[in-house]
Amino acid sequence: MLSRWLLLGEWKAHLVQAAVAIIAIALGVALGYTIHLINTAAFNEFSAAARSLSGQSDLEVRGPRATFDESLYPMLAQHDHVELANPVLELDVAIPGNLHERRDATLKILGLDIFRASVMAPDLIGIPAEDKLFDILGDDAIFLSPAAMEWLGVKQGDPLQLRVGTQTITLRIAGSLRRARAGQRIGVMDVGATQWRFQRIGQLSRIELKLMPGSDRAAFKAALEQELAQRGQYLVTETADQEARIANMSRAYRVNLNMLAMVALFTGTFLVLSTQALSVVRRRHQFALLRVLGLTRGQLLKQILFEGAVLGAIGSLAGLALGYVTAATALHYFGGDLGGGFFTAVKPEVRFDPLAAILFFILGLGITLLGSAAPAWEAATANPAPALKSGSEDAALSKLATPWPGLLCLASGILFTQLPPVFDLPIFGYLAIAQLLTGGIVLMPRLSALIFSALSPASAKRKPGTVASILATLSLARLANAPNQAAIALSGVLASFTLMVAMAIMVASFRVSVDDWLKHILPADLYLRTATSGDARGLTPDEMKALASVPGIARVDFSRSSQLMLDPSRPSIALIARPIDMSDPGNTLPMTDDAIAPALLPRNAMVIWVSEAMVDLYGYTPGKQVTLPIAVPAPSFIVAGVWRDYGRQFGAIQMQLADYQALTGDRHVNDAALWLQKGVTPEQMMKSMKSLPFGNVLEFSEPGQIRALSLKIFDRSFAITYLLEGVAVIIGLLGVAASFSAQALARTKEFGMLRHIGMTRRQILGMLAVEGGLLTTLGTVLGFTLGWCISLILVFIVNPQSFHWTMQLSLPWKGLLAAALVLIASAAMAALAAGRRAVSGNAIRAVREDW
Amino acid sequence: MLELRGINKSYVNGRQVLADLSYTLGAGEYVAVMGESGVGKSTLLNLIAGLDTPDTGEILIGGTAMSSLDDDAATRLRRKEFGFVFQAFHILPHLTLRQNIALPLLLNGASRKHTEDRTEQMLGAVGLHGRAQHFPRQLSGGELQRVAIARALVHCPKLILADEPTGNLDPDTAHDILMLMRGEIKANGASGIIVTHSHAAAATADRVLVLTKNGLRPEDAAHPANSLQRR
Repeated sequence: MLSRWLLLGEWKAHLVQAAVAIIAIALGVALGYTIHLINTAAFNEFSAAARSLSGQSDLEVRGPRATFDESLYPMLAQHDHVELANPVLELDVAIPGNLHERRDATLKILGLDIFRASVMAPDLIGIPAEDKLFDILGDDAIFLSPAAMEWLGVKQGDPLQLRVGTQTITLRIAGSLRRARAGQRIGVMDVGATQWRFQRIGQLSRIELKLMPGSDRAAFKAALEQELAQRGQYLVTETADQEARIANMSRAYRVNLNMLAMVALFTGTFLVLSTQALSVVRRRHQFALLRVLGLTRGQLLKQILFEGAVLGAIGSLAGLALGYVTAATALHYFGGDLGGGFFTAVKPEVRFDPLAAILFFILGLGITLLGSAAPAWEAATANPAPALKSGSEDAALSKLATPWPGLLCLASGILFTQLPPVFDLPIFGYLAIAQLLTGGIVLMPRLSALIFSALSPASAKRKPGTVASILATLSLARLANAPNQAAIALSGVLASFTLMVAMAIMVASFRVSVDDWLKHILPADLYLRTATSGDARGLTPDEMKALASVPGIARVDFSRSSQLMLDPSRPSIALIARPIDMSDPGNTLPMTDDAIAPALLPRNAMVIWVSEAMVDLYGYTPGKQVTLPIAVPAPSFIVAGVWRDYGRQFGAIQMQLADYQALTGDRHVNDAALWLQKGVTPEQMMKSMKSLPFGNVLEFSEPGQIRALSLKIFDRSFAITYLLEGVAVIIGLLGVAASFSAQALARTKEFGMLRHIGMTRRQILGMLAVEGGLLTTLGTVLGFTLGWCISLILVFIVNPQSFHWTMQLSLPWKGLLAAALVLIASAAMAALAAGRRAVSGNAIRAVREDW
Repeated sequence: MLELRGINKSYVNGRQVLADLSYTLGAGEYVAVMGESGVGKSTLLNLIAGLDTPDTGEILIGGTAMSSLDDDAATRLRRKEFGFVFQAFHILPHLTLRQNIALPLLLNGASRKHTEDRTEQMLGAVGLHGRAQHFPRQLSGGELQRVAIARALVHCPKLILADEPTGNLDPDTAHDILMLMRGEIKANGASGIIVTHSHAAAATADRVLVLTKNGLRPEDAAHPANSLQRR
């Protein structure tokens, strides 16, 4: 009963502080839970959609490249242990359209053997019209999922135009599919028709195998791998490989986003700490009295922790509810992609995740208890006799001024920056950030005491008697002599501002690096391709000749891009073949310093240049000899250098187009970079090109357009991070408001005394505004310093370890300065608003109150 | 009831306040302790209450040595056997008068019925009947000290420690409060020690002691303030 009385009494008297703490916890938990639910729903739906394309196969055989020769099929179909072999040709086919309208306008088309697929993947079978049953074998018929029909705005019987190289083919929509997942955009055709219509005669993407009942899958897989090794380069994969591949694809992004969501919760911890600490300071006399009356240390400790736990429980429950509603709303209106581009084209639905809910509830409750623990311990261990006397408030927090815990945190943080990633994730990088942040905040009282003590004499030298001098002297004296309360008030905003600075520097660095990179990789005057993306067949040698002979072209570089799977558990890498300046690859590629001088490379050796991800993920270091499965037997290459690639985080390799064509026999190209003769404008060139026989299907882009589009996509990717940062700062500001309010109330007696000795209300408010402004200025300066240090970790540790790319450091001065000014002004206003309430009471009563 | 044996106590700065102090307080006895500022009166009360520890010497409460008790045991003893009245009242501002007075009973695990009955009884005894649901902010200084007295006695402690209980009150109210406190201490069969600067306040006690650097000694019997004691 006593616990309840004390709790309700405190809450009734300081409802705003309790509400702010609850809101902070609720927002933190809600953000974390929302991100988790959206990512999980999107990831599960994406995985399920990907799984649904593989049907119920036990194993899959595929080549390292996008397709392989179908001659393997009879051997597998007749294999002793194979009950059923299902040949599949899977293509991402471009839909004719405008570059600016539909960047990712590709449709996934599955070419299936209808008789085998009806056993292996019955959901993917098309439903023809009753009078056209043979459409399922028709060479012009395609069956679309409902989501694809809706997306393309077509219905059964409509024609559908698709791009094949420089040609456009027209298919007939013969019906829908038996059962496609919500939001899944796919089309299904007969495999033979697909090979013919999309110019992939004799090619398959994979062969799905259903094994004889009772077969030992692992043993069969091992035997088959051996058997296939003699026939060429094949990969035998399992469902688990596919799961891992999908998980690997978005894992770093999801983890980073979750970590960012945790920032809000982390900021909330400091807010709870400041709320609870100031509440304990304010109630120091009350707790001392209770101790005198017979409350044991343990009981007092439990009481304060109980109060924190109630705050945490209410905040966490509210956060879970809010998180669920936000996730459901976001998924309904915006889909499952939070900007990373991994989960487009799926329509996930939110599902209550009890395990995660429990986890986030415990997290919310845990951080509240963590925030309450230090103040509770201080209150319980305080000697009640001196605590009954007034003036001991700052002594209550004197332990905060000890520098050692803070220095220890900083030292361990620095140590963590030296440790390698764990499971491809920068776990120690995040721990280092947490330690640096905690260390910085813990050192705040010490630093503020030092700095304000140093400033105090300067203010004392001002002309005595002026209002400014009185305000400055009083404000600085308080900040210098009672730094602990001041510092604790700032902890929340310091945490959020620090992380905001760190994120802003990281994003700015990334953006500037990407911009520079784009300038480097787009040296030509005009670029063209046959389709924006997808498995386009590209330009034939004749078409290339025709292109190159258009008047006005000074130089043309063709390139061929394709996919290569080196590890079944990882996403495919990109293989780009193009002319590369051997004497100085840096002219063509955005090279890092990690390269072998061309003169030192062995003569006649074939060389490749790899992206940074290839070094981290596959160990392709410069000088290493590697084989690539692009021909039989697999040719060897020397890794000549490392280049920066912000476009593909799973790895990319560049090689000479001549080498590629000689090894593979593939004469097609996807892209062309055009340098125009002097006086020829891109518009004139585009007009000339359009007059070619295949000119209508060419898509042109100027470097400026590509850059603008890329940066737009970049900004969209980071929009969610701005939102999360904003919430963290709002929580921080709530903390400042709550802390100043609590402190102002605790100083009612002081204000009453100042009114008695002749200070006006306006002067007292001025003093509070100066205090708030000075304190926040110090907080922003420290936050900036700390944020800059943390940004170094983000730029040089977290990003390379998560996404395998490095970048240069750039500081967005103007934005940060504006944010700092807004923060200082907000804090001064918060201090002013809090003070207005405290000085509005009766000065006579204020000095007579015993609490 | 209370026995002090050779108590020595120095402050952190090294200044000795109590030197070889010995005294025995009998059951039902009510004494006033006077002395100059800084002589150690409040320190003496803190030592008796177990809120502070002597450098040397022994304090026995009902035969139990305080030094033999750890913090929790001393707290339990204080909770059960002691009542406190302070100069600054120290009434919890967010609790009603009933809740404030009931605090010691709750801490001692009294039943709900007993708590309600006894709290009501004490409210009546200190003249605040019908104001159980009022909050401290609605009371005057004298009324607040009445609440403090009710709280000090509600759980029938054996020893009441009062530190300048009327220091914040006007003389008339102070007199009323002192007589109320004495009456309630006697009615409850408790012992009491009141630390005060006021001769008028000291005069309400059975005996007046003066704390000096040489220890506790009875005040001059001829002092006019002792006339009340003899009545």
